[in-house]
Amino acid sequence: MANDTQILEPVKEKEPLFGKAEKKLLTDPLNDNNPITVQVLGVCSALAVTTLVYPSVVMAIAVTFVTAFSNLFTSLLRNTIPKSVRMIVQLVIIATLVTIVEQILKAYNFPIYKQLSVFIGLIITNCIVMGRLEAFAMANKPWRSFLDGIGNGLGYGAILIIIAFIRELLGKGSLFAGSPIELKIIGAADTYLINTKANPWFGWYMNNNLMVLSVAAMFILGIIIWIQRARNPKLVDIS
Amino acid sequence: MHSTSYIIRFVLIMTTLAALILASMNTFLAEKHTQNEKIYNKRAILAAVGQHLDGGKSPEDLTDQEVETIFSSNIKSYVLDMKGNIVEGRDAESVDMAKERKKPEPERLLPLYVFTNGQGASYYILSIRGNGLWDEIWGAVSLEEDLRTVAGASFDHKGETPGLGAEIKDNPGFPSQFIGKTIYNEAGEYTSVVVRKGGAVDKTHEVDGISGATVTSDGVTEMLQRGLRYYEPYLNTLKTKS
Repeated sequence: MANDTQILEPVKEKEPLFGKAEKKLLTDPLNDNNPITVQVLGVCSALAVTTLVYPSVVMAIAVTFVTAFSNLFTSLLRNTIPKSVRMIVQLVIIATLVTIVEQILKAYNFPIYKQLSVFIGLIITNCIVMGRLEAFAMANKPWRSFLDGIGNGLGYGAILIIIAFIRELLGKGSLFAGSPIELKIIGAADTYLINTKANPWFGWYMNNNLMVLSVAAMFILGIIIWIQRARNPKLVDIS
Repeated sequence: MHSTSYIIRFVLIMTTLAALILASMNTFLAEKHTQNEKIYNKRAILAAVGQHLDGGKSPEDLTDQEVETIFSSNIKSYVLDMKGNIVEGRDAESVDMAKERKKPEPERLLPLYVFTNGQGASYYILSIRGNGLWDEIWGAVSLEEDLRTVAGASFDHKGETPGLGAEIKDNPGFPSQFIGKTIYNEAGEYTSVVVRKGGAVDKTHEVDGISGATVTSDGVTEMLQRGLRYYEPYLNTLKTKS
């Protein structure tokens, strides 16, 4: 009996369902270890899909789903996966999940499916997903791996949405275009909140066409990284 | 270390499971997928008569149900061959323009939609397809009952550059320029509509090009020039009838 409790107790202490370590798994990728701005992974899709906020939100949800569940399944299988084919196995898991996402989008949100087109399929090659499997899920228990996946998906999504917000506002004068809660902020028509044709103060205003191009995302991403590094002492390069 | 037979068994079971999940999912959702695809194509066709829909609605605001209703009650569809005859027994929606483009010219089939709105005005919607800068571009152009005045147009593309070539679809100002242009001149000669770099000179047959997207603009010109002409034999039989 005494032996039993001795074995059980440390296990209980080590694995609370939602303790400090678990919380850190979720919050770390949002700032200190952000997959885009710190690890600089997944930049390709961050440049490509961020012209509008709504598709970016969908993309963020899709990637979070894939990172979370591929982490979970890989972690469940981690002791049975033969080392020599582990990358192939990981890719099968990722590809299956991405195809599920694609199929669901195609069935339930066709316009967004058309808009994101090839970038849904390209989640398979998103380095964040495979990076987390190799670096985390292969060595950690399922629940923690799942949380790590969600954290990294959210960290990726947060940057995506920030970039898309700036690009859509300055490039198209709207926010959440294509979604049910579309906001038309500034433009040359009555339907916009600020009508540049009628408003005496904003007659000079024009949408910035550079913001529609992927180059703009590159600049914005650079500025975000700069601000983050300037404010976060952990990221300052001491050398 | 795992044995080779273990590795093979592991991979086989794993991939079979993945294949089963995906296959059953696809079978389950296939009907919804084709349905969505159909609605999407129908919406693109309606976009060519967007200004003439009943109740002043724009095609994007219509629900899927409304799109279906318009197609079943206001639209008649035909399939034409290159000589201008109506091909019986073919559904216009089943004509895949991408596949037709690969056939030799005389064997191609053309879908034709005739939209009649609540006021009794009819519009002939012609489908066209060509090449942009990176990949294919396509569109629908509607003609008024005089068979020479453009009533509307809509364009789509596979991979044009956002902000440049993709403006043919994303910027509603581009297709709306085509409204009121004529594809025949006063003498009755075929002129098509030209997308002019640097701005339209001849206001009856030309529209403004997109700056920075000359290749896509020229692609649209070529597509219109060639694609609308395919319908000429049929349009001529209509003209002689009336």
